[in-house]
Amino acid sequence: MTAGAAPQPARSARLLPSVGVLTGRALRIYRRTPQLLILRIVQSVAFLLIFRYVFGGAIVAGTMRYVDFMASGLLTVGIMFATIGTALGVAEDHVGGLFDRLRSLPMPRSAVLAGRVLADLAMTVAVLVPTIAVAFAVGMRVHTGWVAALGALGLLVLFGLAFVWIFVAVGLLAGSVQAAQGISFIVMPVSFASSAFVPTASMPGWLRAFTEHQPVTVVVNAVRTLTQGAPAEALLGHGSGYYVTRALIWIIALVVVFAGLAITRYRSR
Amino acid sequence: MPLMIEAVGLRRSFGKVVALDGLDVRLESGQVAAILGPNGAGKTTFLRMISTLVRPDGGMLRVCGLDVAAEPVRVRRLIGLAGQHATVEPALTGRENLQMIARLFGQDRRTARASAEETLERLRLGEAGDRLVRGYSGGMRRRLDLGASLVGRPRVLLLDEPTTGLDPQSRIELWDTIRALAADGTDVLLTTQYLEEADRLATTILIIDHGQVIASGTAKELKSRAGRDIVEIHVRDREDLDAAVRALTRIGAEKPAVDRGSLMVSVAVDSGPERLREALHEVSELGVHVEDVALRRPTLDEVFLSLTGSTPATEPRGGEPRPPGSAAGVAPETASRSVR
Ligand SMILES: Nc1ncnc2c1ncn2[C@@H]1O[C@H](COP(=O)(O)OP(=O)(O)OP(=O)(O)O)[C@@H](O)[C@H]1O
Ligand SMILES: [Mg+2]
Repeated sequence: MTAGAAPQPARSARLLPSVGVLTGRALRIYRRTPQLLILRIVQSVAFLLIFRYVFGGAIVAGTMRYVDFMASGLLTVGIMFATIGTALGVAEDHVGGLFDRLRSLPMPRSAVLAGRVLADLAMTVAVLVPTIAVAFAVGMRVHTGWVAALGALGLLVLFGLAFVWIFVAVGLLAGSVQAAQGISFIVMPVSFASSAFVPTASMPGWLRAFTEHQPVTVVVNAVRTLTQGAPAEALLGHGSGYYVTRALIWIIALVVVFAGLAITRYRSR
Repeated sequence: MPLMIEAVGLRRSFGKVVALDGLDVRLESGQVAAILGPNGAGKTTFLRMISTLVRPDGGMLRVCGLDVAAEPVRVRRLIGLAGQHATVEPALTGRENLQMIARLFGQDRRTARASAEETLERLRLGEAGDRLVRGYSGGMRRRLDLGASLVGRPRVLLLDEPTTGLDPQSRIELWDTIRALAADGTDVLLTTQYLEEADRLATTILIIDHGQVIASGTAKELKSRAGRDIVEIHVRDREDLDAAVRALTRIGAEKPAVDRGSLMVSVAVDSGPERLREALHEVSELGVHVEDVALRRPTLDEVFLSLTGSTPATEPRGGEPRPPGSAAGVAPETASRSVR
């Protein structure tokens, strides 16, 4: 090799192979650190069991069995908690300089965030599936059909996608890993101030104005009406069509806003 | 052959902080060039600008003749960046880390495998290649990080403080690697806070401060540009130190520097031999017991000091100014790092 004669790549890396490489990288890292996934599953399942057996006896959910009421809520909230790790991972890559290296490579810049989102969404599904199994084991039942149940599952995955994007944006905007972690705890109040664990009827009016319309409630109620049918509709006051439409609007809005924020931040220089 | 780097009037501010303030650079290709500057001088910003990560507010920047603003994608095909922090993934093996970067450089699977293998060999990581990076030493990580910037076979290698945090042995090994790469025809631009490093590795040295180039040239040129010889006097007794300072103040072109630990006073002078004679005369008038005297060319530390009015950090992240009385070039830890 002489000066200037170094072989040069004939072309830049293309989008799909790059996304594949980066998704594969993230998944391989998760496979090598199984404690991450195990911890998230344990957390998700423990939460479910606590509400089933510790609080469950003391909470009345109108005409519904509490186990049927809370399962939809805990699966939804479980997804939010399962995606917190995304904020940490993204903040580490951002602050630690990995994104600098990747952005200096001749490949489509969109591949980096796309790879991260796909891998983390896969992780979220990997938490969701065993949690659903445990929910069935402790008594949750679907009282509609399998089409509606699959619809509910799809909605949960889409909700996971929205939250992965939210936490990608948090990771990029937080400025440090600690800040990203701190901000992520917003999922605590947001999940409690919803219909996930208790019916909203007992809450004061000013709080209900928030809880009844915020995305967690809307998604939880959509899953509830899709899986429980009539008793849920009677308790919540609306049919599945009402909640599913609103849930989809929320999910799309969240993805547009937070993916937009994340991509803008990632591309800014 | 186009220039490796050509910058004219580069500017960039972050809010109120001016990181680059009209930077002008011309670097021929076929060499190792070093950017030397204190903390916050703008070294990283300049390297990130070349890497298309930071947009200039104004000015022109070309890499191998390609305009960075107009053709960022083509520029990315030419460069390999190793940032200030090693960014290799601990949960992957060295080989996997390199293969990933090679793939993202546009290489197909088979080529990527071959490039990774070749790079591991070149960095003497062949045996560790299939171990998780988690178990690597700091020096191995740094080498692998260099490998990641190499695996795409870039024409211009950009290294931001490549030897920061390495022990002396690993540092020398990394220097050898960088020299070998340059000998193979890769252009290298590196930043450093170590004068010795610039002196040992680089053909051209750029000294930057407050976002501007304040001097450039070979190490030799820079030393002779600073021009002045240094008169150094070691005294035998601590009590004589102040008298020696008084004597050297009289003959020096600048304020003398005092190292109380090794009982030494040094000062830059305009015409060496004459001033040396005067200095000896002055100190013997004052009855100072002289242990040793020397007349020497300035070290790069002293060049740096006279150009910037500050000293480069001796520890990578230690940006605090040195305590008075331990000026550059004579403080023991600096002295051990500078080339006389
Ligand atoms: N992204 C940024 N946001 C705000 N300020 C920045 C940013 N990047 C650099 N700066 C500021 O610009 C100036 C130059 O920084 P730069 O990192 O280029 O210095 P440096 O010479 O690499 O320093 P060091 O030796 O500490 O690495 C500093 O004052 C720094 O605080
Ligand atoms: Mg820097």
